[in-house]
Amino acid sequence: MKRRWSSFSDWLDHRTGVQTAVRQFLYEEIPASSGWHQIFGSVAVFLFLVQAFTGALLAFNYAPTPGDAYNSVRYILTELTGGRLIRGLHHWGASMMIVVVVLHMVQVFLYGAYKKPREATWMVGVVLLLVTLAYGLTGYLLPWDNRAYWGTVITTRIAGSAPVVGPYLTRLLGGGGAVGVVTFARFYGMHVLLLPPATILLIALHVFLVRKHGVAPAPGDELLPRKQFFPAQVFKDTVAIFVAFAILYTLALVARVPLEQLADPTDATYVPRPEWYFLFLFQTLKLFPGPLEVLGSVVLPGVAVLTLILVPFLDRSRLVKVTKRTFALGVVVLAAIGWGGLTAAAIATTPKPQEAAQIDYSAPTDWLQLTPQEMSGIAYFRQEHCVSCHATGDGSSKLGPDLTQASIHKDAAWMIQHFKRPSAMRPGSAMPPIQLSDAQLNSLAAFLLKLNPTNASALGNAPDFATAGALVYQANQCGGCHSVNGMGMKIGPSLNGLAQRRSRSWVEEHFANPESLSPGTMMPPYSLTPKDMENLTTYLFSLPDTGGSQ
Amino acid sequence: MDNVSGPTATASDGVTRRSFYVAAIYGLGALIGAALGLPAAIYLLFPPKIRSADPFVEIGDVTSLAADSPTEMTFRRNRTDGWKVSSEKATAWVVKHADNSVTAFGPQCTHLGCAYHWDDGKTLFMCPCHNSFFSIDGKVTSGPAPRPLDRYETRIDGKKLLVGPLLAPEKHA
Repeated sequence: MKRRWSSFSDWLDHRTGVQTAVRQFLYEEIPASSGWHQIFGSVAVFLFLVQAFTGALLAFNYAPTPGDAYNSVRYILTELTGGRLIRGLHHWGASMMIVVVVLHMVQVFLYGAYKKPREATWMVGVVLLLVTLAYGLTGYLLPWDNRAYWGTVITTRIAGSAPVVGPYLTRLLGGGGAVGVVTFARFYGMHVLLLPPATILLIALHVFLVRKHGVAPAPGDELLPRKQFFPAQVFKDTVAIFVAFAILYTLALVARVPLEQLADPTDATYVPRPEWYFLFLFQTLKLFPGPLEVLGSVVLPGVAVLTLILVPFLDRSRLVKVTKRTFALGVVVLAAIGWGGLTAAAIATTPKPQEAAQIDYSAPTDWLQLTPQEMSGIAYFRQEHCVSCHATGDGSSKLGPDLTQASIHKDAAWMIQHFKRPSAMRPGSAMPPIQLSDAQLNSLAAFLLKLNPTNASALGNAPDFATAGALVYQANQCGGCHSVNGMGMKIGPSLNGLAQRRSRSWVEEHFANPESLSPGTMMPPYSLTPKDMENLTTYLFSLPDTGGSQ
Repeated sequence: MDNVSGPTATASDGVTRRSFYVAAIYGLGALIGAALGLPAAIYLLFPPKIRSADPFVEIGDVTSLAADSPTEMTFRRNRTDGWKVSSEKATAWVVKHADNSVTAFGPQCTHLGCAYHWDDGKTLFMCPCHNSFFSIDGKVTSGPAPRPLDRYETRIDGKKLLVGPLLAPEKHA
């Protein structure tokens, strides 16, 4: 067997040369000083491969047009097993790649590894950094939620403000500053068709140049015997890759990647923010008010990139030990302080989202379809701690029966009697009577009738503001005039889609004094406590817009 | 890569360290591969969790149907296709039997999918494409059709007739 294998590999090597090539790659000699500080390049290449892999997987279930894009991302997150993990890896992988590429650059800079004859290697590396940032910029738009949309509006405006080329850039990005289908298609095309092959070519060129000139030595290396790349250095690279991967995986599993509501170009209240690694640029912009803005948006970043590319020509001094490169260290520290300060300032000035309760659209939002009565049922369900004795479709064994099982769902009248005197309806039942009014028990029954094994966890996502808001809605009998999700009367307007029609402050003022805002209205004034007002308004604003068709 | 033989280390200490390196490289690599490959396979192969509502839609009033007289009924239903939910028109040939039970046939001939119709004169379902004929209970009486007409799942709720998804052919073939 072994002989057959070795004769096969001899044949393969003779015909293709693949083993000789691998051998040359692995047994390339590296300076004696090589070690742990040179792992970042390998980690960056690895992260690129993870991005390519997870990106392809996402593309298998992604519709690259606005609107559909959002729905397909939701589909990946809520319907597909493992979809959340794959998107998490891609999302956090992007951030991590930027971190690692920058660390790689800082290491090369500190060690002076860009010096003669490695100038070209450095310059290709700077281009790779820009390509990495371009991925972040174009990928940001693709989920097509509010965050994506408004972030990209800013980006395209900045591009448009560039001197001379601005109008052309605007046209290239697909429109007069507006972000629409054309811009989306261009960004998507860049992200998946143009940038990946460019990256592969640039990485190949970068690695070729590293091999051509050899790994950069440290002063004193020439006196020491050279080492081999495999296996000691490959081992160090692999360990570093594994650590990076473990961090990335943990992030993808633990940190939820948000998906906000579908992009709404008419939402004037949205406060856009770019991804964290662009925050410093965003903040720089604010330092240059009015006509000087172009300095911060285009000129300064342009000069910075140019300086970065020209680093090997600005510093042509002899190679010295890294510990003696105090000037380089100073530059890095200053850059870090500058970057950190700008980023911190940007974070500090980010206003808190005015709606304290943000809906997470990356989880199933079946609860949005519930009527206010069923929603208030969830409030009683939580208030009475039903889950301490009952399972809800998660298979756990508890004292009472699983409430998602159809067999225990009789009609509402039976359930209400059962709630009041459990043992009268089910002899021997250990359940304590529930001390609620008939109307409240009715809500609880309505919710339980809606509950089944497939929607239990999705309904469990209902946020507290919604259940609390529904309680206020029920207590004030709003359903006597208005309808929500098809339930209620049609005397007043349907409350679905209220967020599209009115501002929050209008609604809050309207509660207090309807006559002042809609003269001749039948609606009586309501004096709600601030907390009730907030919960009710937030709940009503979260209702899906059904176009009044339900 | 172990058949790629590099210059051999002389000290046995060096050999064990070398084999530790190689084992670690392969081991960590395999771990990463599995951690990525397994979820990818699950993501691609597991069916989506369809959280659709009740698949049954009301298509009409049972009491308005005459017994043993097939009626073509059209209705709209939501079809979930991946991330898209589209409302589409659907048709059923509905037969009310003497015992008030109801059968709803899918509108396509089981031969090549043409639309068939009920021929009152012959009291048979007739497909004009290749002259397949089906009896009122959907069985093939003549022609090239390979199996009886497909049926919808049905449910009667008071007066309302509801139809669900088309049953798989094996179930009634």
